[in-house]
Amino acid sequence: MAFNATLEVTDRKIARITLSGELDAAAAPGFRAEIEKSAAQQAKRLVLMMRNLEYIASAGLRVLVFAKQKMGAACDIYVVAPQEQVVESLELTGLRHSLVIMREYDAAEIENLA
Amino acid sequence: MERIDTYPTHLRGGFKLRPGRPYPFGATLVPGGINFSVFSRHADYCVLVLFEKGKTEPMVEIPFRGMFQRAESGDPVWGDFRIGNVFAMVVFDLDYEDIEYGFRMHGPYPRVERGRPGIHRFDPSQVLMDPYAKAIGGREMWAEEPDWNKRYQHRARVLHDDFDWESDRPLEIPMEDLIIYEMHVRGFTQHPSARVRKPGTFAAIREKIPYLKELGVNCVELMPIFEFDEFENRRVNPETGKMLLNYWGYSSVGFFAPKTGYAATGKSRDGTMVADELKTLVKELHRSGIEVILDVVFNHTAEGNEDGPTISYRGIDNATYYMLTEDGYYQNFSGTGNTLNCNNPIVRSTVLDCLRYWAAEYHIDGFRFDLAAILGRDPRGVPLANPPLLEALAFDPVLGKCKLIAEAWDAGGLYQVGSFPAYGRWAEWNGQWRDTVRKFLRGDFGQVGKAAQRLEGSPDLYGERGPTASVNFVTCHDGFTLADLVSYNEKHNEANAEDNKDGTNDNTSWNCGWEGATDDPSINRLRRRQMKNAFAMLLVSQGTPMILMGDEVGRTQCGNNNAYCHDDELTWLDWTLLETNQELFRFVKNCIAFRNGHPVLRSNLHFRNEDYLGTGYADITWHGTRAWQADWSEGNRVLAFMLCGRHARSGTAVDDYIYIAMNMHSEALPFEIPRLPAGKRWHVFANTSRVPPDDVSDPGAEPPLGDEAEFVVGGRSVAILVGRDRRTTPT
Repeated sequence: MAFNATLEVTDRKIARITLSGELDAAAAPGFRAEIEKSAAQQAKRLVLMMRNLEYIASAGLRVLVFAKQKMGAACDIYVVAPQEQVVESLELTGLRHSLVIMREYDAAEIENLA
Repeated sequence: MERIDTYPTHLRGGFKLRPGRPYPFGATLVPGGINFSVFSRHADYCVLVLFEKGKTEPMVEIPFRGMFQRAESGDPVWGDFRIGNVFAMVVFDLDYEDIEYGFRMHGPYPRVERGRPGIHRFDPSQVLMDPYAKAIGGREMWAEEPDWNKRYQHRARVLHDDFDWESDRPLEIPMEDLIIYEMHVRGFTQHPSARVRKPGTFAAIREKIPYLKELGVNCVELMPIFEFDEFENRRVNPETGKMLLNYWGYSSVGFFAPKTGYAATGKSRDGTMVADELKTLVKELHRSGIEVILDVVFNHTAEGNEDGPTISYRGIDNATYYMLTEDGYYQNFSGTGNTLNCNNPIVRSTVLDCLRYWAAEYHIDGFRFDLAAILGRDPRGVPLANPPLLEALAFDPVLGKCKLIAEAWDAGGLYQVGSFPAYGRWAEWNGQWRDTVRKFLRGDFGQVGKAAQRLEGSPDLYGERGPTASVNFVTCHDGFTLADLVSYNEKHNEANAEDNKDGTNDNTSWNCGWEGATDDPSINRLRRRQMKNAFAMLLVSQGTPMILMGDEVGRTQCGNNNAYCHDDELTWLDWTLLETNQELFRFVKNCIAFRNGHPVLRSNLHFRNEDYLGTGYADITWHGTRAWQADWSEGNRVLAFMLCGRHARSGTAVDDYIYIAMNMHSEALPFEIPRLPAGKRWHVFANTSRVPPDDVSDPGAEPPLGDEAEFVVGGRSVAILVGRDRRTTPT
């Protein structure tokens, strides 16, 4: 399935990117562009909606590392509702500990910017 | 600023190309494409072969020389993408996560049939793996039967070199402070009792880091993790009918690629996450203060002799990569069919490139070189006085802080323990430490003098180089496990399907009165004691101790001293032993903690056998059953020594006094103990003749010794005393 990434940034500077399809080497530059846009808008939170993301390849994982570096330590990155294969890839390649993984969108936690 | 060489200049079969850059060798991601570079001194024509991942038939074949089209006009144009002996080409717009590649090499010599000798073995019908492949497909899942119809079995892949290392860097633990744990990646966690999510993988080792921390080791030495072919040994276990595998992996297919079958990510669609998984392991081990040493095999390859498979090197440039006889047979100093031509300048630079890559890209802390004596032979096999490869490794800038450890012998009879060309850098597996301590341990006569040399860091072997040149070990993967060393007089290798002819006959072992497992409690008691004695000697000895995986819990291989081909309970670590042999584990753990707590046990300079600080005690003193009177005679089996804590680290550290009494006689003997300076008192850290919990103390909580003048040490027992201030004695 073709990859798609759509970005919306709330007025409280929460950047939400909804991902679907397969995040492979061909798709990675598109995802990266959305991350750059989020950073340009000085997002305080990056939320990656992954329910419909079916596959993540090395190139996709690298965009997550890029996101971590681009957004800075002050911006938490949330991964919402990832599929099992995606979680496993994050786990085995050591990325899991630098992301917050949640099964459902938890507005109370994500939108609490106090 | 954008480079001006990132645009295609040529077209061929719909693929966009341009002349590549010869360095670095291998496949490298460059803007817009992949740079492919391969050298061959003797080939005159080369073709790049690209596959969709896993496919039998190529997607396209692109020669490095011939007629192409101009990229801008489509007009015909001649192209020759070669500089010197290096074929180099950039191919644009490839989906690098979904391709595999190889080369066809043409040479000016007649094709040599398999089984026949030949100086050159060019065969354009064969697709060849890139010697610099950073990831290799074809054996994605351990022991999953491959498709033998594929002519291209070991398939080069393209890899991301980058990784989010965060603040990680190699730990650079001094050699004298290192405690090495030699382990097999798969065997460590494959047993069901390991209870890990992905058994037998790099990822699973991460789950066992707390165990390594508890044991107290600060370095793991991984048995070969370069891609190898577990299917190369196609024999059957005569006892079970099961296929035997090359489980150990001392047979490199590719030197730059981690073993895909050791990675939980090996089977993933994008098979290049293997590198990320291994790097994550290294990062996590470093975070826990544990270094990673790789056991590297450069003495031979998986291509074997004239009868062996063509995978890469022999088809790319046989005469460069291998030591050959004049009529084209493979020299066999490795005992495995062929010998890599390591002092050929091209092969030498490949080895250097390889180790730099592992040090720089994987943050590897050091290397142990299998059959390293071969690396000091010239292209005809003659031992060199000043081997260029060993010298280059010793002085290499990237490897400047890496541990370099030699297995200082080879299968061709070159034995260099104590004389390996070291250039002030190389350490050695001290085979003499193993042999002497085994003899002393089982009560052989005539070992006391030699044992003294071994325990004080082998100054007779490493006088100039210091004790850190000596990696001490009682057991390693090769030979008996420690439990088997005290349970078997003879090897029992029938299951290896070689009529029990493989494996060494020189085990220097003693079964304690019965061959193999027994219910006899007195024999089992003695065996436990002997294992503790061995660990006690290992962990108080100067030099770097190395422990074989599972010896700390009494792992057995049922007397098999060459278990390279068994991938089952015989070789896997059974984690239930941790409970069964909790007594031994506690003893080892405490001995490690004791070593870590006492710098006097970890000197980087040899003792001088004198009191150069005016403490009233020499740095080391030797004793027997009478204090100050060691008995060096042939018929003696008793030795004791005392280390003066004020001489710790040549007087730069303050430590306690330590006294070790070793009675390898079968009967208990009273030892007269040297007197301590006023205000200090002896405490008992370990006494292997006592039953738990009195066999070993928690370091720092040792009980005071009752009678300070005389101490009875049981038969075949070791006692370790620590002399410190009276007032610090716990109540």
